[in-house]
Amino acid sequence: MRRQIPLYIVLVSGIVFVIQFFIPSHESEFIFEYGQDWVMVIGILALPLGIWSYLRKTWLTAVKKPKERFFAGVSLFGFAIMMLTGLKRESLMAGSLYMELFEYVLIPIQATIFSLLAFYIASAAYRAFRARSVIATMLLGTAFIVMLRLIPLGPISDLNQALVGWILSVPNMAAKRGLLIGIGLGAIATCIKIILGIERTYLGRD
Amino acid sequence: MKWHEKMLNIDRRWIYLILGVAVIVPAVVSFHVPVNVTPEVRRVYDFIEDLKPGDIFYVGIDYDPASLAELHPMAYAILDQCFRKDIKPVVATLSQFGAGMAEQVLSEVAAEYGKESGIDYCYLGYKPYPAITIMLMGVDFRVPFPQDYYGTPIDSIPMMRYVHNFDDLKGVISLSAGTSSEFWIIYGYGRYFMPLALGVTGVMAADYYPYLQSGQIFGLISGIKGAAEYEALTEYKGEGLKSIPYQTASHVVILAFIIVSNIGYFASRRSKK
Repeated sequence: MRRQIPLYIVLVSGIVFVIQFFIPSHESEFIFEYGQDWVMVIGILALPLGIWSYLRKTWLTAVKKPKERFFAGVSLFGFAIMMLTGLKRESLMAGSLYMELFEYVLIPIQATIFSLLAFYIASAAYRAFRARSVIATMLLGTAFIVMLRLIPLGPISDLNQALVGWILSVPNMAAKRGLLIGIGLGAIATCIKIILGIERTYLGRD
Repeated sequence: MKWHEKMLNIDRRWIYLILGVAVIVPAVVSFHVPVNVTPEVRRVYDFIEDLKPGDIFYVGIDYDPASLAELHPMAYAILDQCFRKDIKPVVATLSQFGAGMAEQVLSEVAAEYGKESGIDYCYLGYKPYPAITIMLMGVDFRVPFPQDYYGTPIDSIPMMRYVHNFDDLKGVISLSAGTSSEFWIIYGYGRYFMPLALGVTGVMAADYYPYLQSGQIFGLISGIKGAAEYEALTEYKGEGLKSIPYQTASHVVILAFIIVSNIGYFASRRSKK
């Protein structure tokens, strides 16, 4: 019974929402809105679970692993300070402590971490882009041409731009479209299997 | 170790150091890099330029601080163009970290033109679940956003009085560094047929050309180069054009390393024969 009820809910709601998508009417819009509200409610209920899970895991890390205690402490402190400073609606206005922390701590941290990617890309490009085979040479040539578009090459720049445009909108697009069609068909097949109860891994194990 | 083996085995710390120096150079020695405007960027510019004063245009700040360097300049240039032409932007974010950044860019650009919240623009804030939020905005903005970011009920906002759903907008641009751009294509265009343009990071751009060719999106701004192109069109003096020399310098270094690596590879192959 514990597995049967969720399967019936998925079957009924799946069929209802597939039909709803193709019938534009007020009743259909009502069902759609009502369903979306339910999804949001379920999502919001998952939030306290996520917070509890994060706090518990970080706290246990701090207690059980002395070497990671400092980092766990920073993580918990960051969580507490952002939550406490962001409780009031006024904290969303520019100049509040919450927004100052966001602008001068969180934004630089995330931007810095992401900018480090450039160094890894440089190292990876140096090792990966070698003309070892025909396919690798094609990859190397394509990467070279696309990267050259940011470098002023005088009269060749226009030609290079045109070539980059062609690479992106012909071979790249053909490959991407093939992938997208394959992914789309796969997604439809998986959805049908879930609705019909053939695919049940999302239910977990008893 | 032979010279070609050295070329093949450069320590990655040297690569990091040289790239680091290359990124610093444009800060010390300023130089100009010409920017060619691509058709997909020009289409976004032309679309907004053809809107009439008072038209409502949706701008999605759907990215987080990690992509700020590439997407923030686009947001500045697009909002500047909107305010310059008296177009009224409705701004919202589908990224959890986007709310603060959207507030920052909107308040700065609006202040430059003396625009008022609720009259000349509306900032709705953040809502989770991008797909659901997009679909609900298609039904009525009041469902996912009963209040704006500042807590004012939507019905009390003069600009939003006659704006109910996508039918009342002229178009949408989503500046995105994640999957929300795909949700905009699937639901914003697929379900509601909204004229849609995207601003994405450089690495994401190649994924969206099929949608451009099929007409599902009418324009595409990609990465910092796209932002620079947009700034060149709008003549907005932002970070996009300023960032191009840094990217050019780093690309020159990466290309140089690729050349060195291949010279070493071919020389080592020849010596083995």
